[in-house]
Amino acid sequence: MLHNLSIGELGRALRAGKTSSVEITRHFLSRIERLNPALNALITVTAEQALAAAAAADGRRAAGEQGPLLGIPLIHKDIFCTDGVRTSCGSRMLDNFIAPYDATVVTRLKEAGTVMLAKANMDEFAMGSSNETSFYGPVKNPWDTRKVPGGSSGGSAAAAAARMAAFTTGTDTGGSIRQPAALTGVTGVKPTYGRVSRYGMIAFASSLDQAGVLARSAEDAAIVLAVMAGFDPKDSTSIDTPVPDYSAALEEPLAGLKIGLLREFFDGLEARNAALIHDALKVYRSLGAQTVEVSLPHLPLSVPTYYVVAPAECSSNLSRFDGVRFGHRCENPKDLLDLYKRSRGEGFGAEVKRRIMTGTYVLSAGYFDAYYLKAQKVRRLITDDFRAAFAQVDLLIGPTTPTPAFDIGAKVDDPITMYLNDIYTIGANLAGLPGLSLPCGLVEGLPMGLQLIGPHFSESRLLNAAHRYQTATEWHMQAPRGYDQ
Amino acid sequence: MNLTRQDVEKIAHLARLNITEQEMPVYVTSLSSIVNFVDELSRAETGAVLPMAHPLDGQHQRLRADAVSESDNHEKYQANAPAVQAGLYIVPRVIE
Repeated sequence: MLHNLSIGELGRALRAGKTSSVEITRHFLSRIERLNPALNALITVTAEQALAAAAAADGRRAAGEQGPLLGIPLIHKDIFCTDGVRTSCGSRMLDNFIAPYDATVVTRLKEAGTVMLAKANMDEFAMGSSNETSFYGPVKNPWDTRKVPGGSSGGSAAAAAARMAAFTTGTDTGGSIRQPAALTGVTGVKPTYGRVSRYGMIAFASSLDQAGVLARSAEDAAIVLAVMAGFDPKDSTSIDTPVPDYSAALEEPLAGLKIGLLREFFDGLEARNAALIHDALKVYRSLGAQTVEVSLPHLPLSVPTYYVVAPAECSSNLSRFDGVRFGHRCENPKDLLDLYKRSRGEGFGAEVKRRIMTGTYVLSAGYFDAYYLKAQKVRRLITDDFRAAFAQVDLLIGPTTPTPAFDIGAKVDDPITMYLNDIYTIGANLAGLPGLSLPCGLVEGLPMGLQLIGPHFSESRLLNAAHRYQTATEWHMQAPRGYDQ
Repeated sequence: MNLTRQDVEKIAHLARLNITEQEMPVYVTSLSSIVNFVDELSRAETGAVLPMAHPLDGQHQRLRADAVSESDNHEKYQANAPAVQAGLYIVPRVIE
């Protein structure tokens, strides 16, 4: 059962010559062929390129090369540019776009010898929390195909949970890695802003966007993040600070670790969902950590703050889609204005247009101070709350989402209800902090996520705390029914 | 505050988005509810708080050597363009 092996186990099997990258790749490709029609987790499958990359990885190994990701198959979210492969961002606008270069994340993982199997479905331009805004249709949750997998990295999450690859990549602007990871029972890491290069990652909200990983354990995520992270001169907000050895820190004891329980995250949380978080806290206390309650008074304002800042940045970023240089162009434009308006009106879906217009409104003359400037000030208040909390505790803990996966279609007509799904995840993006979601139990057969948030550049500590929990529990080993077969 | 149809038409024009007759009522309603939702921010006391544009304070724009770092890839890039002639992007006539 190659698909149930961890990245470490696959690596050992490869090093021992018990299997080859070509064999592993064929195995995952046949799973994709069998499982994807029911889940719609993928937009483009790159079988031919994958087999060639696998053969090349086997060649590199035969020549003496090693490396923890050499020959390991992955799936990239379709927001990362992949040279010569369609990069749609889940949009009709880019349905015909063949990326002319690789994103830095793609380059780094390619150089490490990974094998790309496919590009994952996603909410259009990463705008959504349910993967229902994709031009390519909704992704189904492998735990229950009537449920959403979360979003915007919904395809990446469903593919990781269904074991279509050893791991997948994602991006997180307001929770888009952590929320779908929680809803599909996988481990998702959103690193510190600036830790992973944004070059070649199609921009949504540039002061919030960050790339990360979805995997089946913190141990696997540590291996992947070590390759993804690091300075990139091509990203002007990339941080030039060394990448620690995440794997080496995984086993560090948690004795003395101070964990802050976020009071605001429990307001209105259903009792049985809260109970799972309290169970997790017991595990942490048994591992030697101390838990204290902390309050971030401005955190309840994070959703309205985000829904000013993110749409404002998106309205600016998405102005590049003008029907001239790439992307969708309307038929028979009568003049340049008609070309812009109809190309954009046809190329973008309903939610993307809603966000562009929200952003245009809050940036327009007469409203800028009341909305955009105000939101930037509240953003600082929220960030200062986090800073004050981290003066008292090492990590913050709480649920990743208010509820487990909801029904497909349940929230599509009400944007505010949909936006509130990210109520626990948005704060970390506004403050640029790293966050991690890991499975901590099931509610009516659906996974719930435990969220850890740390100070800037504390990925090592987050992965360590997640790994120790996963050593003491088995929630991360649970697979949706039938998908471990 | 609720937005009117005229408000949404103006925003759509500024955003260079064609909104169809069918779509318009949905946007009037949903954009109004979003504006009312984010109005919650006006309750926050932000007197002397400095606006925050970037999550990591103290970052500076880096400089680099003034050297050629890109090669000419215009053919590859223009392969994605809807209309190209002689290496130029083609748009409807702008000057009569």
